[in-house]
Amino acid sequence: MLEVQNLSMRFGGLLAVDQVSLDVQEHEIVSIIGPNGAGKTTVFNCISGFYKPTGGKILFEGNEVQGKPDYKISRLGMVRTFQHVRLFGQMTVVENLLVAQHRHLNTNLISGLIKTPDYRERERKSLDRAAYWLDRVGLLELANREAGNLAYGQQRRLEIARCMVTEPKLLMLDEPAAGLNPAETKDLNQLIVSLKEDYNVSVLLIEHDMSLVMDISDRITVINQGRPLAAGTPDEVRQNDDVIKAYLGEA
Amino acid sequence: MAANNFRHALFCAIITLIISYPIIGFNLEAQGISVTLTGADTSTVVLVLLAAVVVFLFQLFRDQIMGGLKSIPSPMPKTQKEPMAENKRAKIESWVLTGIVVLALFWPFFVSRGAVDLATLVLIYVMLALGLNVVVGLAGLLDLGYVAFYAVGAYTFALLSQYAGISFWMALPIGACLAALFGLVLGFPVLRLRGDYLAIVTLGFGEIIRILLNNWTAVTGGPNGIGGIPDPTLFGMEFGRRVREEGNTSFHETFGIAYSGEHKVIFLYLIALVLAVITALIIRRFMRMPVGRAWEALREDEIAARSLGLSRTAVKLSAFTIGAFFAGFAGTVFASKQGFISPESFVFLESAIILAIVVLGGMGSQLGVVLAAVAVTILPELAREFSDYRMLVFGAAMVLMMVWRPQGLMPMRRIHIELRRQE
Repeated sequence: MLEVQNLSMRFGGLLAVDQVSLDVQEHEIVSIIGPNGAGKTTVFNCISGFYKPTGGKILFEGNEVQGKPDYKISRLGMVRTFQHVRLFGQMTVVENLLVAQHRHLNTNLISGLIKTPDYRERERKSLDRAAYWLDRVGLLELANREAGNLAYGQQRRLEIARCMVTEPKLLMLDEPAAGLNPAETKDLNQLIVSLKEDYNVSVLLIEHDMSLVMDISDRITVINQGRPLAAGTPDEVRQNDDVIKAYLGEA
Repeated sequence: MAANNFRHALFCAIITLIISYPIIGFNLEAQGISVTLTGADTSTVVLVLLAAVVVFLFQLFRDQIMGGLKSIPSPMPKTQKEPMAENKRAKIESWVLTGIVVLALFWPFFVSRGAVDLATLVLIYVMLALGLNVVVGLAGLLDLGYVAFYAVGAYTFALLSQYAGISFWMALPIGACLAALFGLVLGFPVLRLRGDYLAIVTLGFGEIIRILLNNWTAVTGGPNGIGGIPDPTLFGMEFGRRVREEGNTSFHETFGIAYSGEHKVIFLYLIALVLAVITALIIRRFMRMPVGRAWEALREDEIAARSLGLSRTAVKLSAFTIGAFFAGFAGTVFASKQGFISPESFVFLESAIILAIVVLGGMGSQLGVVLAAVAVTILPELAREFSDYRMLVFGAAMVLMMVWRPQGLMPMRRIHIELRRQE
């Protein structure tokens, strides 16, 4: 469903991403790994429209999307999380999820002002959807707390829930396990697999936690210094000499 | 620490001297065509020195003094801050608000004309502050040129009535919509700007409008302003002693009561009250609608908002447009109340005062903004004798507020949303 062909991103004299290609099929978890500064997040930013790539093509469901504005890409069904959690800190947990559903609520101002039955119905539905996802990630009890006051692990889960209420086709997670303890990482592991199995969402993942990556990924792409180093199943990647030298280290 | 404190206190005292002595301690006296500089009399000099000593002592014992102030119980005891049951609180709040509005409806019939006039001005400021609250408090866009939209509303009514003979009720929506249009137009160039840069551009826009009004003499009358703006009518009834327009009747004749100048003042007050309540209700709805949440989301984290499919353009423009719309409302009422407007009424200071109201009240909080509007408008009127020191007191009040309640009089409260349990 997502196909990235020869993606390049140049910042002045720095070639941050050089001819990277990868693809995500439906019902698949694909991981991008690589050392710090390898350009993983830059790839993400290009795909999600925050950067305009200087070269290459990005196809989503067969349509070229490179250079489209970020909010349009997100509306196509590609939603991302961030390396550093980005919540709407002063809004409550449930409001965070309601913001994400504005598209489902996209009635005009007047019908909202006079509360037409149609508007009420939509609002009720989005509240139900929010409640469902809060329950799913175990935050229902905290629904009316300010999002900025949640514990870090809870914020991470809220960010994923906030993506899921938009009903995406492809979920892009940028280091979702960063800062989590082992138990939380295990929960996250199960959550991501369940998103794929139960909600039929494809996942593109950037992660440093190798046990998580090797465990849940269907395929892995390795990037080093902006260039693709290897790609394949977890086993293939684990045995690849270049990858071991550049990233995994010789054990 | 002590030595450090002493040095700091000394420094502050010297600064006080440097600032205040030349300003207060010297007088410029005109003698014929030449101006001579004379020193002030000894008592003034003594006062300046005394002020420096006070500053010195305050800075020296600052920790103790501030500590003492902290131990004074705050006006809102902590126990009250424990959240009541949310729906109970909301109910009480809405009852109190309804009570205030009903009281405000009957109040003008029992007080003096001057008080009603002042109250009308307060209500105009309430409208302005509620509108600006959308832009600054909710959407987080620092707008220093808000008075421009106010001017657009006022001048629209003034010009339309002068050139096309349009009445208040026709001009009200036109003025508001035109102001909204200006908001939209201003919104486009500043889409990419945030914070300081946005403030500068909006400041410039406010000045452009004012200078345009000042210099386009052929249409706006320039600094002479526009006079003879008609009063609003009640179903075709005029409030003047004699009817100005053919076909209209006058209010006092229709009801067979003696003419009184107060009728008009009270009527204007009631119009302003109704409009202010409508403004508050509409914005209150907006805050709970997707568009209101989108404003806040953009304020909180623009990148996250965009990643969720919110269009920055649409959200920002809607905030600017809706904020400007209500400024246009207020402007029309203002023009009608004054009967005469000139660019003098729309200087930067007005923008600053409206912004101060929003900040004092607590960004995003409606009740707080209303309270602050009342305080900021009425206090200077009460302290007319000290009018020379108005700005000084105003500034001092702001500083004290920022020290004690940086989040404003009544910080914004989030609404509690009931979720249905999943079966």
